[in-house]
Amino acid sequence: MPKHPETANSGPVPATAGLDARLVVDRGSFRLDIALNAAPGDVVALLGPNGAGKTTALRALAGLAPLAAGHLRLDGTDLHRTAPESRPVGVVFQDYLLFPHLTALDNVAFGPRCRGAGKREARAGAAEWLDRMGLAEQAGTKPRHLSGGQAQRVALARALATHPRLLLLDEPLAALDARTRLEVRAQLRRHLAAFEAVAVLVTHDPLDAMVLADRLVVVERGLIVQEGAPSDIARHPRTEYIAQLVGLNLYRGQADGHTVRLDAGPAVSTTEDLSGPAFVAFPPGAVTLHRERPTGSSARNLWHCAVAGLESHGDQIRAELTGELSLAADLTTVAAAELDLHPGAPVWAAVKATQTHAYPA
Amino acid sequence: MSTQAARKPRVRAPGPGVPLALLLPALLGLAFLLVPLLALLLRAPWRSLPEQLTSPEVWEALRLSLLCATTATALSLVVGVPLAWLLARTDFPGRGLVRALVTLPLVLPPVVGGVALLLALGRNGVVGQWLDAWFGITLPFTTAGVVLAETFVAMPFLVISVEGTLRAADPRYEEAAATLGASRFTAFRRVTLPLVAPGIAAGAVLAWARALGEFGATITFAGNFPGRTQTMPLAVYLALQNDPAAAIALSLVLLAVSVAVLAGLRDRWMRAV
Repeated sequence: MPKHPETANSGPVPATAGLDARLVVDRGSFRLDIALNAAPGDVVALLGPNGAGKTTALRALAGLAPLAAGHLRLDGTDLHRTAPESRPVGVVFQDYLLFPHLTALDNVAFGPRCRGAGKREARAGAAEWLDRMGLAEQAGTKPRHLSGGQAQRVALARALATHPRLLLLDEPLAALDARTRLEVRAQLRRHLAAFEAVAVLVTHDPLDAMVLADRLVVVERGLIVQEGAPSDIARHPRTEYIAQLVGLNLYRGQADGHTVRLDAGPAVSTTEDLSGPAFVAFPPGAVTLHRERPTGSSARNLWHCAVAGLESHGDQIRAELTGELSLAADLTTVAAAELDLHPGAPVWAAVKATQTHAYPA
Repeated sequence: MSTQAARKPRVRAPGPGVPLALLLPALLGLAFLLVPLLALLLRAPWRSLPEQLTSPEVWEALRLSLLCATTATALSLVVGVPLAWLLARTDFPGRGLVRALVTLPLVLPPVVGGVALLLALGRNGVVGQWLDAWFGITLPFTTAGVVLAETFVAMPFLVISVEGTLRAADPRYEEAAATLGASRFTAFRRVTLPLVAPGIAAGAVLAWARALGEFGATITFAGNFPGRTQTMPLAVYLALQNDPAAAIALSLVLLAVSVAVLAGLRDRWMRAV
């Protein structure tokens, strides 16, 4: 679901604006070789298993890992041989790496100071950034006294304070606990949507990638195996890894209390209490299928669908359903046989409210 | 801290369960370390002590000791911290060898260090002859010579301590600083240095204590001239020949300084055990 349809569908990007890179990095016997292109305003997620080379790609973009071959141009400027400190690049590191001896304010002011701003000017700018992140009160706080979510926002403010033309985020949500993660993800999404230059984020979490990015680039063993809009990749996985990765039904809609009315049509009951634009997600394994309308079921969400396709993944069958709602459901081979599932067969799909997951868009 | 304490294995109080074969040598070792210090306190001329300690010779030696040890520590910091950074953060051919050479003065008999310094910086030394010829600088048997002898012996302590701290510090902070526009030197000055400050302080105290007690290299390279090169340890040695009471008094002063240093470092060492 691209947030910027005008940039995502604008065809060939002018050669001068945005990111144009082919990154070839050798690390022992491992070789990373990926091409990345993005227009200003784009948010690209590098998605892949551990050891796929995602972080190496980020380090190469930041100048922390040397390119063995390839090229790196940002807004038409060749950065291939530019030192990290001279690149217009901001990085949010996985564990943030906030300087522990500096306050939140001085952490954010560090970049502008290094780039030549006076002390007072840098601090004033940093205070503005913290204010924008809702952290005005934490300005004098040392990183060890910040919560995970606050530290993440300080790290983002620190990276943005130098006005980078390329923002890199390495697993920006990985260090957070589940609850904080939801909140921070929504905030990060807003900040990324407002960011006018190119953002590249690395994650192994498909949900993070789909919520935060306009475009996914799936990397395995140092090579790109698939790229495109998150919805396209979710519908047409081309490797086992992506199929497992996007094992998630994700919808957008308007929340009102414990109900989210989906843009796609029906409403979904959730346990979360929200209002306004929201996402609802649930894994295919949470869906139970019935040939007859279930009567005694405790599931609050029930949709009448038809089987569009069946695919086996190991000992599981993934059923693609269309109808009131398009969704994927996982069931065992035995259950699929008992239900006599075949393309075109009508089924009732049920999902418990407790199995769904809603959060602000 | 508390979680570390919780994970600590349970230690039994010494009692019937402790084998005598371990307990006896342990107590003997403890006594061996403590009795000399106790003897120093027992035999101290407490009555004449104020008089001993206020004599101008003692003050001269103490002043010179503190001055030289502090200057040697400062000198060690100025060149030792960058040296430690080089060893910890860069890779160059022969780094292992350089590291071994840096630590050599730790195990080298100080007298040999003094002889080596004479051969290098003496008036006819490898470097010293040029210093004399070009700048008229003579180092042996001067206060500056004391500082150099102490630096030679003490600096490795600082380098090793700081290098260890630097290795334990996350180098990615320097990378984070680089992405924010900091040159390598700025990153070192504004990020790394504050991060390893406790290690530098501990190394400096260690070096200072070593410099304060330095005897062999000093007497070999700088001689034993009261007011110029006669530091406390030298004064103690000299006093022992003709005025044992004075030697004890001087020793007490050095002991007090050592205890103070240990007290200053207790946070870092004693709790870390």
